[in-house]
Amino acid sequence: MTDKYTQFVSQGPGRDLARKLGLPQPVVLRRHQPGEPLVGGPVLVQGGGSGADALASTLLSWDLDVRRHAVPKEKLGAIILVLDELGGPEDLAKPVLTAATSLRDLAANARVITVSRAAADAASPATADPAAAAARQGVDGLLRSLAKELRAGATANGILLSGGAGTTSPSTLGALRFFLSGRSAFVDGQFLTVSSAEGQLPAEAEKPLAGKVAVVTGAARGIGAAIARTLYRDGATLVVVDIPAAGDHLAAVANEVHGTALQLDISHEAAGQRIIDHAVERHGRLDIVIHNAGITRDKLLANMDQGRWNSVIAVNIAAQLRINEALLASEHFRSSPRIVSVASTSGIAGNRGQTNYAASKGGVMGMVRATAPLIGRHGGSINAVAPGFIETEMTAKIPFATREIARRLNSLQQGGQPGDVAEAIAFLASDAAGGISGEVLRVCGQNLVGA
Amino acid sequence: MSVNGQSAPGPKESTTPATPGAVTSAGSPSAESPAAEPTGRTVPRLRQAVIVGGNRIPFARTGGAYAKSSNQDMLTAALDGLIARFGLQDERIGEVAAGAVLKHSRDFNLTREAVLGSALSAETPAYDVQQACATGLETVLGLANKIKLGQIDSAIAGGVDSASDAPIAVSEGLREVLLDLNRAKTLPQRLQVLSRLRPKDLAPDAPNTGEPRTGLSMGEHQALTTAQWKVTRDAQDELAFNSHRNLAAAYDAGFFDDLLTPYRGLTRDSNLRADTSLEKLATLKPVFGKNLGSAATMTAGNSTPLTDGASTVLLAAEDWADAHDLPKLATVVDGEAAAVDFVHGKDGLLMAPAFAVPRLLARNGLSLDDIDFFEIHEAFAGTVLSTLAAWEDEEFGRTRLGLDGAFGSIDRSKLNVNGSSLAAGHPFAATGGRIVASLAKMLHAKGHVDGRPARGLISICAAGGQGVVAILEAL
Repeated sequence: MTDKYTQFVSQGPGRDLARKLGLPQPVVLRRHQPGEPLVGGPVLVQGGGSGADALASTLLSWDLDVRRHAVPKEKLGAIILVLDELGGPEDLAKPVLTAATSLRDLAANARVITVSRAAADAASPATADPAAAAARQGVDGLLRSLAKELRAGATANGILLSGGAGTTSPSTLGALRFFLSGRSAFVDGQFLTVSSAEGQLPAEAEKPLAGKVAVVTGAARGIGAAIARTLYRDGATLVVVDIPAAGDHLAAVANEVHGTALQLDISHEAAGQRIIDHAVERHGRLDIVIHNAGITRDKLLANMDQGRWNSVIAVNIAAQLRINEALLASEHFRSSPRIVSVASTSGIAGNRGQTNYAASKGGVMGMVRATAPLIGRHGGSINAVAPGFIETEMTAKIPFATREIARRLNSLQQGGQPGDVAEAIAFLASDAAGGISGEVLRVCGQNLVGA
Repeated sequence: MSVNGQSAPGPKESTTPATPGAVTSAGSPSAESPAAEPTGRTVPRLRQAVIVGGNRIPFARTGGAYAKSSNQDMLTAALDGLIARFGLQDERIGEVAAGAVLKHSRDFNLTREAVLGSALSAETPAYDVQQACATGLETVLGLANKIKLGQIDSAIAGGVDSASDAPIAVSEGLREVLLDLNRAKTLPQRLQVLSRLRPKDLAPDAPNTGEPRTGLSMGEHQALTTAQWKVTRDAQDELAFNSHRNLAAAYDAGFFDDLLTPYRGLTRDSNLRADTSLEKLATLKPVFGKNLGSAATMTAGNSTPLTDGASTVLLAAEDWADAHDLPKLATVVDGEAAAVDFVHGKDGLLMAPAFAVPRLLARNGLSLDDIDFFEIHEAFAGTVLSTLAAWEDEEFGRTRLGLDGAFGSIDRSKLNVNGSSLAAGHPFAATGGRIVASLAKMLHAKGHVDGRPARGLISICAAGGQGVVAILEAL
């Protein structure tokens, strides 16, 4: 499903031509296939502290090929840069410059992952120390820049520790596995904050959602259908939801993922209760809700009418708020409940013609932050995923030139697949991400526009 | 408690497994203790057959959205929507029965082929049924009986019809020539056979809805009955108007959200005219019974159009439904078939239900007053109104039904409350499934009436002077 240009420049004469002409050289990204190794080569763990040692031992116990020192000329699958003990900006030089000597040895589709402390960590006294805060915030700029320097499908992402989370807390390891794996193929230049020691690594790595009942809204096609397939692959029992008019596509998805189809307009007043009732009556429980359903009604604000504005707000954010209210009030949504919403980079960076859509998607991010402490009371989590340019039926309708520019304007120089968004959602819906809440994870290949 | 006496109040009947594979209710937490039955009973104790739910595709006027869809396409689509709704992927269902009235010869195993093309387990057996417009209801009754007897624990009943993709046969003359040609051995013999061909033999033989024994179309037959029972044009138009109004309201209320799966771009029945009015209906010219002069009252507005579509119903033993965490909407209490001698003009072609319903209700100790929903299939508005007129007629009651007087009248506010065939259309074999699933949902929502489960009556007339009727009861 890679676009034709990427296929052309990925090998042989096409690759040589693109190189000579200085054209973008996207590669076919490594994506997760059940049964394949977590990472494509040895993992170099850089950093001298006890946190780095503990992390290296854990990775060894996963049967990874772990290096504490680089072996010259050896191709690396990943570099993990543990920077959890930074006291000031000067502490960056040694680990960073040591790692720098290994960057040329990174294999295609390799990973660079930093593990550092969040600059704004209320639980840590060091936050008050300007030098420590400077060093911590420095990692942010460092990593985002490094991500833009990496080539051949390699990505750089960071894990921020806060609220008592350590380098081997369940969700630190969960995020590390996610970033190392092909599941994060289109996630680049991003940070995930692990805010607690909550969460649990799955008993079976390939079935992290075994025994869970998950609801996916807007599941009839596109990203929603991909989410349903990915959650099913990861072991979940699916309830797929879409408007009655999309019922035929919805039925096909339900049959593919061995789930049940619920034809329901999520903007209906009682939608939350209908979802809870269906999941509990038909599948005995409800663990995960994925708010994916969304619509666009694009128009420049000067030409915007009430209908366009109101329908986008109603479906994209008001419905989610109302459903979450029902979920949080329900005694059936109490066992490590997980909510993941689909936001959009439009809601972060803005997009011409999408004031209504961006308002709704910005709203999703605000809702996620404010809902985190509420669902946290029940041991649950809520997060959002903000997709960038994803190759879907919807983006296929964008005029060719605009589409071609949009899909190349990121560090990976290609559009993402619906499955890339689904992988991020599946991770955030898993118990391995239990210590991550209130976060927005961008799946955009480090889009050059916006934050 | 009689064989058909499940409507009687009291404890549920316990299961007597008729086959080793039958599920017993003993292990079910919901099963009540068996009734203390007197010894020496001669009929087997039967378990209940419950309706779990249904799925249909929107019905389309012939030549419309489904013009290129075959019976197998549509039945498979209806099955797949049912499977998706109830999570039946790879499930081995006890048996699937469905049928079509207009059938290609290649569709001899239509239902089994549709099952093989669906998401059900390929180990699900299936058979075809054909009883004209009663096909759909007959599949429900037959499969419900198998469940009651313990022969199967789950079943899918259904029906499909395409008047668009109708089979067209070669003429009888050409067919005989072709068969003889196949048997001819030498060139002279072949030439001799071919020489029998006449130009008129090349005209195709298209199907029609005419009765083989009278040559009259169904509409012409009904026109005679409509006139006989003095059913007025106004009354027919009003029934048609109510059908459209009720069906449109049901759609608007989301009634069909869990009964229907869109197909080929259709999300509602294409025959539905939500904006029709009595004035508009009154402007239509009669199309049937035109030789009756001023007595011609049947128009395209108060007759059903030719329609394409498919429907399915999921039936189960209670234990099977419980084990699969599926809803139980209603039970199939009893059914009855009847036929009339329309050939000699004793009764109208579509009047068999007028006889079937009194027999069915009597056997179950019920009267029309005990019914909360009447689902009388609207082949023509005149059919419904002629049937009701017969039931209200003293002489018909005495001489034809053997009663003391009129059979009775019904509360019209209980008739086809969510619309029927005049608005939805009538893909012959698919109508039964449409009605059973909708009625089961309505009964479940109604729950109890005066301390007893809500009860619904289905009446479907069929070609050949036949009719099949049934009673469903809320769970």
